[in-house]
Amino acid sequence: MIESILHYDFLQNAFLSGIIIGIIAPLLGVFIVVRRLSLIADALSHVTLAGIAGSLYISQSFAALATLNPIYLGIISAVGGSVFIERLRRLYKHFEELAIPIIMSAGLGMSAIFISLAQGFSTDLFSYLFGSVSAVSRQDLWIVLGIALLVLVFISMFYKELFVLSFDEEYAKASGLPAKTIHLFFMIVTALVIAASMRIVGILLVSSLITLPVAASIRIAKGFKQTIFFAILFGELAVVVGLVTAFYLNLAPGGTIVVTSILILLFVIIGKKMVMTIRAKN
Amino acid sequence: MAQQLLIELQDVSFQYEFTQVLTDISLTVREGDFLALLGPNGSGKSTLLKIILGLLKPTKGTVKLFGEPSSTFKHREWIGYVSQKSNSFNAGFPATVKEVVTSGLTKKIGLFKRHLPNQQELVINSLKAVGMEQFANRNIGELSGGQQQRVFIARALVAEPKLLILDEPTVGIDHENVQSFYDMLTNLNEQHHMTMILVTHDVDTVASSISHVACLNQTIHFHGYKDDYDSLSEDQLNAWYGHAVRKIHHDNKVKQK
Repeated sequence: MIESILHYDFLQNAFLSGIIIGIIAPLLGVFIVVRRLSLIADALSHVTLAGIAGSLYISQSFAALATLNPIYLGIISAVGGSVFIERLRRLYKHFEELAIPIIMSAGLGMSAIFISLAQGFSTDLFSYLFGSVSAVSRQDLWIVLGIALLVLVFISMFYKELFVLSFDEEYAKASGLPAKTIHLFFMIVTALVIAASMRIVGILLVSSLITLPVAASIRIAKGFKQTIFFAILFGELAVVVGLVTAFYLNLAPGGTIVVTSILILLFVIIGKKMVMTIRAKN
Repeated sequence: MAQQLLIELQDVSFQYEFTQVLTDISLTVREGDFLALLGPNGSGKSTLLKIILGLLKPTKGTVKLFGEPSSTFKHREWIGYVSQKSNSFNAGFPATVKEVVTSGLTKKIGLFKRHLPNQQELVINSLKAVGMEQFANRNIGELSGGQQQRVFIARALVAEPKLLILDEPTVGIDHENVQSFYDMLTNLNEQHHMTMILVTHDVDTVASSISHVACLNQTIHFHGYKDDYDSLSEDQLNAWYGHAVRKIHHDNKVKQK
């Protein structure tokens, strides 16, 4: 395996991107989960799909844009979607979750139109939906790296503000923090992470890499920093095991990564229960 | 030396859509005051606090904090706030007591900075002040309601505020601990000259440390020294509140230890 990675560029791209995503998706995921925004992340991934499908259609229709990397339009629509979700959430103050089905159906609806206009672009689209080991280009890797740097800078700059905002929003506002601005940035960064992750895990499974490692981590961690640490550890484990399995068995990595995450989650839940039972007996 | 005016409300009114909640409220709080804000449920106490904290904008009137208009007031870290048995906080949140208390320093540290040089000491001291230092490394969700409330008070104290606002802080604290809790507030007010605004129903317990009383029921019916409040007749109070209320008694136990 290591030999093949050293030998093939496409494998290097996939593994390096995967390892980077394994850090940033669970890292941001911790904040997303504790703020109960998991479903919003899911909705945003469907908006990203509309951008990808739109871009694939444009490439197919205009020869001059045939080499356009769909990730750009994907990023633009995800960020646009995140800003739009915030508008909707403020508009429907008492039905905040209403923003989710609105955005999700808008994203899927537009995707359906672009896909049918193009009369199917099966292989490409499949790799965007469920991830791919072979389709990650060097350019994709650079984009993923750029987004990762942005995420890391954002989190380290606003760590304490994000913590307060996640823990107790009213208190954050009462202490005079620029809650609205930080929240908007947070949503934009979330959109970027979704766009970065889809190349590896696929659009339909992006939110799993954001939420599953965190779900496992919350079960065992003491404190917030430890929650982040375990979430990243589980995320990395899922990505690496998932990618290796996908490569050898010729499967979509989205599927293998998610199944590995689920196994980790079950292992943690059952393991914790067993430890608790043993402790109670002693 | 003239005491500084920390809070100055002038003719403040507030309405939610079509419901008038507060009407022409004028209220001042000076440095060192210990103000008890009394009023029945739905009298607008929490709304008034939210206006002071800048969470709500009054529909009419002006709010000044430390002599500055609320809208341009930059030193929110001078005001500590403990909300009503935190309904805003998520009980499953994976954070230690220490992390929660440290988060009270966020505004004081300021944007783009990580921590204060004496941060560790501040956090431990404020946990000691509420008797929770032995829980520093426990997850907040594992504590009882009363313990959590103490942690939230430590979070408010850690930034060493000049003014502490508490919205019914003893809800969820068991009876035995209420007394020591009020002793702590009295100590902060008298020894550390921290100004207090306390929204409460426990008028009996807290009485001796209070310097001023304000009675609110949509508008301010009374605002003055506690002694003047004590000399009001029960009938008068009942008329303001629309039902019978208990009065503050002099013979409470706060200072009899």
